[in-house]
Amino acid sequence: MSNAENNKEMKELLGQAIAPAQDTELRRDLWPQVLRKLEEQPAPVVGIPWFDWALAAILSAVLVFFPGSIPALLYHL
Amino acid sequence: MELLERFAAGDLEAFEAVFREHHKEVYAWIVRIVRDHGIAEDLTVETFWRIYRARDRFDRAGNFRAWARRIATNAALDHLRTARRETELPKDLASAGTADPAVRREARERIRKAFQALPPKYRLVATLALIEEEPYYDIAEAAGISIALVKVRVFRAVRMLRKKLNSLGVEVNAK
Repeated sequence: MSNAENNKEMKELLGQAIAPAQDTELRRDLWPQVLRKLEEQPAPVVGIPWFDWALAAILSAVLVFFPGSIPALLYHL
Repeated sequence: MELLERFAAGDLEAFEAVFREHHKEVYAWIVRIVRDHGIAEDLTVETFWRIYRARDRFDRAGNFRAWARRIATNAALDHLRTARRETELPKDLASAGTADPAVRREARERIRKAFQALPPKYRLVATLALIEEEPYYDIAEAAGISIALVKVRVFRAVRMLRKKLNSLGVEVNAK
């Protein structure tokens, strides 16, 4: 049996139990709810993850305590 | 300034205009997936909230309709994932137009049960492809996957359904 035949058979079988959605008309104005949600849950302020801060701190410490590593770092950049 | 540019810049009036233009279509798309009017309303609100939050990432030269539909599909898929066990297909949508006298009620229940048992990402694609008969291109665009992957998921969904239906005693021809 080909894929198309398989799908057709399954469509027919599903069609006996689950009909396509007939009524897809929206009857309510949802704008007030959207506004309310925007007020209640404003967009989060994008912060810098703690992991990035930790990396920056480690890098700074290395540069301060081992200044000899600066040329090596510059070489690899 | 164009409406979508004003929306992307954060203009709330422009966002309302965009909402008024697209919300019915977004709702109709979601209700096809989740098959419940109340849930579809909540997910439409969630979708437009996500749209507003993501306005910076909207490609102003792009297609807003397709972008909104993808966000709506993700919201609906998130719902299918979180509400997997509680969600029942509502009778008003699920059994409309199924007045075939030859099919027993019990068999219909088993078919619905097998369908609900599909993993969410397969259920999403199967609902749109096999029940709603949406074109594969539209499904791929909305789900953010390739047409080939839509076909693969439909194929696997049919295979899973066949196996589950056979285990539930509903006779389906073996492949």
